Amino acid sequence: MSKRFLAAALLLSVSALPALAAQTSLVVGMPIEPPGLDPTIAAPVAIREVTLANLYEGLVRIDRNGKVQPLLAESWEISPDGLTYTFRLQEGVKFHDGSTFDSTDVKFAFDRARDPKSTNAQKQIFAPIDSIETPDPATVVIKLKETSGNFLTYLGWGDAVIVAPETAAGNAANPVGTGPFKFKSWTRGDRVELIKNPDYWQKDKVKLENVTFRFISDSQAQVAAVRAGDVDAFPNLAAPELFAEFQKDSRFKAVAGNTEGETVAGLNSAKKPFDDVRVRRALMHAIDRKALIEGAYSGFGTPIGSFFSPNNPAYVDTTSVIPYDPAKAKALLAEAGHGNGLSITIKTPQMAYASRSAELMSAMFAEVGVELKIIPTEFPAKWIEEVFKAKDYDVTIVSHTEPLDIDIFARDNYYFNYKNDKFKALIADAAKTTDEKARFAKYAEAQKILAEDVPALFLFQLPKLGVWNAKVQGMWENSPIPINDVTEVSWTE
Amino acid sequence: MLRLVISRLASLAITLLCVSLAIFLILEVLPGDPAAIMLGTSAREDTLAALRQEMGLDQPALLRYLDWIGGLLHGDLGQSITYKMPVSTLVAERMNVTLPLSLLAILISTALALPLGVAAAAKRDGLVDRAVLVFSQMGVAVPNFWIGLLFILFFSTWLGWFPAGGFPGWSAGFWPAFQALLLPAVALALPQAAVLTRVTRSATLEVIGADFVRTARAKGVDKGATLRRHVVPNALIPVTTILGLQLSFFFGGAILVENVFNLPGLGRLAYQALNQRDLVVIKDIVLIFSGLVIVVNFLVDIGYTILDPRLRSRA
Repeated sequence: MSKRFLAAALLLSVSALPALAAQTSLVVGMPIEPPGLDPTIAAPVAIREVTLANLYEGLVRIDRNGKVQPLLAESWEISPDGLTYTFRLQEGVKFHDGSTFDSTDVKFAFDRARDPKSTNAQKQIFAPIDSIETPDPATVVIKLKETSGNFLTYLGWGDAVIVAPETAAGNAANPVGTGPFKFKSWTRGDRVELIKNPDYWQKDKVKLENVTFRFISDSQAQVAAVRAGDVDAFPNLAAPELFAEFQKDSRFKAVAGNTEGETVAGLNSAKKPFDDVRVRRALMHAIDRKALIEGAYSGFGTPIGSFFSPNNPAYVDTTSVIPYDPAKAKALLAEAGHGNGLSITIKTPQMAYASRSAELMSAMFAEVGVELKIIPTEFPAKWIEEVFKAKDYDVTIVSHTEPLDIDIFARDNYYFNYKNDKFKALIADAAKTTDEKARFAKYAEAQKILAEDVPALFLFQLPKLGVWNAKVQGMWENSPIPINDVTEVSWTE
Repeated sequence: MLRLVISRLASLAITLLCVSLAIFLILEVLPGDPAAIMLGTSAREDTLAALRQEMGLDQPALLRYLDWIGGLLHGDLGQSITYKMPVSTLVAERMNVTLPLSLLAILISTALALPLGVAAAAKRDGLVDRAVLVFSQMGVAVPNFWIGLLFILFFSTWLGWFPAGGFPGWSAGFWPAFQALLLPAVALALPQAAVLTRVTRSATLEVIGADFVRTARAKGVDKGATLRRHVVPNALIPVTTILGLQLSFFFGGAILVENVFNLPGLGRLAYQALNQRDLVVIKDIVLIFSGLVIVVNFLVDIGYTILDPRLRSRA
């Protein structure tokens, strides 16, 4: 009797299995809703996090380790002088509207991005391009005016995805790309729904049938949605103080990775007393990065000593160049003539990481006799107006989320007001260097210059606190570029 | 009566025009460049200029104001600069959430407040009265978004009866959509219900103490009938005033509650648009909110004359 019962129970459970294995939809949570779904006309990270690699594809892709891999270009050749790139395109690729992808689409997409009327947020990556030729439908030849060491990497960014001339103008509301998923619907304020592209050129790779991106801004609501199972994955949770609980819970996988966001407290180098490098160094010596990360981000986040992401293969650790040393800070301040104290202000955006960091910095500065007054400054609108454009500030704090953006310290008129001709020449040189090893060496030197010169207080790399159902496989742990690539994500039984 | 309606309508139109001008001027002086917000911190100056031109921000202010008002008169709300779609479509989508949410909240609030207030007044200092006082005291003291957070913790995370925020859309069926709106509606209603209960109670008490009620009782009308026929209709006049004023709180409160419950309503659209400096959307939504409040006040004014015959003869 009991044996028969057991057999029946076994049979039942076996027959129930296929139903369980059929899980092919994924709900991904994001803190911010993208304004439009065209990454080639606006900067917001959220646009890339929905669309890049899912809806749109570039000639190349950046993989989860930050390496360049072939995508719409199956291979390429670079001329010995580094000025001519010949791309061999994938054949049989179709856009979501059924039209065929070929070399004219590539030419159209890049010409549109570098047009004087273009509103591409990273127009400078197309600046080296001299001409684009399409000798046949499967070949694109791009000639550069000057060598560009990061050119291939740039082509993997959201700003350089390939769009079609017939549909490009409507992409913000009705995206049409070549990616593994097609746009289904967008309930504004709530969710974007994608559906598997049945004609995808590598469709064997894709396991998911439906992908939904849900937008939940409140950090408590994010945690509630993950716990309640409303959301299967939250790649970038905004609640560091609750993250540790997910790490202990076996129903979830919780991984603290890195983003491309360097959190820095910019110093206005054109303004007294920050024009004195001794003052800038003193302030850096006054900061205990570990304690700051503990307080501002519950201990998640990697300390940085310069302006480069630890995700990047060219990264060097410069955190020991100006270590935490309050006594040295005091001595340097005295040497610079501020032995009797100093009173400065920090314009602080409302994001939790920024306001918490500012409060901790204020306490740390007080230890070395510097009074730091906090001025709350609404981000982005007011901050862009006052700090970024008018440069009316002493100290400010913000995370710079663009990948490979060390060149902002080489720009004239950028909000740091930092001028260093040697650094500027070095960055220009590195950008042109096509040999990887030589380029990395130059970036390493550039990182060291910034670490010693302290045009900004280098604090920590913004972590990527990812939580997902333990049965979900293939989520990215780091984000070497802003992206939520779910092409190869799947459910284990 | 007709003259009253016409004069009220004229002042309504003038008020709306003044409001539109105020909104436009405030947004003119508000810091924040929508182009710079869209293009982030590493865009070049020429790219910014191209986007500003595309957004029409390089036009003089007067021209932009006339453009806006002219469009409004044709029923054209303009194009959202972040979503790149007609604002009218956006607003219509969001109204599907905010309007049912507000109406549900008003329904809950009134259904709670009127019986409670009258019951409390009917037996002053009785058990019901004391309980109602405690409830209304708490309701006034506790803000709606906090009630919302507690509801999520209790009903969604702990009990799992309701979704923890979000809105499936009316296309998902009536019940799932209603379920998503119920908790936020209660959170929105409770503080307003508390205020309304107090008003109903004191208005009822005042009428109960009036001479004509004593006369009615002395003539032998029983207690329940006096309450129904003489007390409640008279107490409703101050209650209607408060209810009219509260309608604006329901729309305003929706901004907070929609954010806590992550509902894609008009309030959250306004909040997002403000963050993104989507000036076209902000202008339209603020005007719509103001318009709703002005129209509701107009209706309340007309409502008085129906509730109170004395006002009718005077007009």
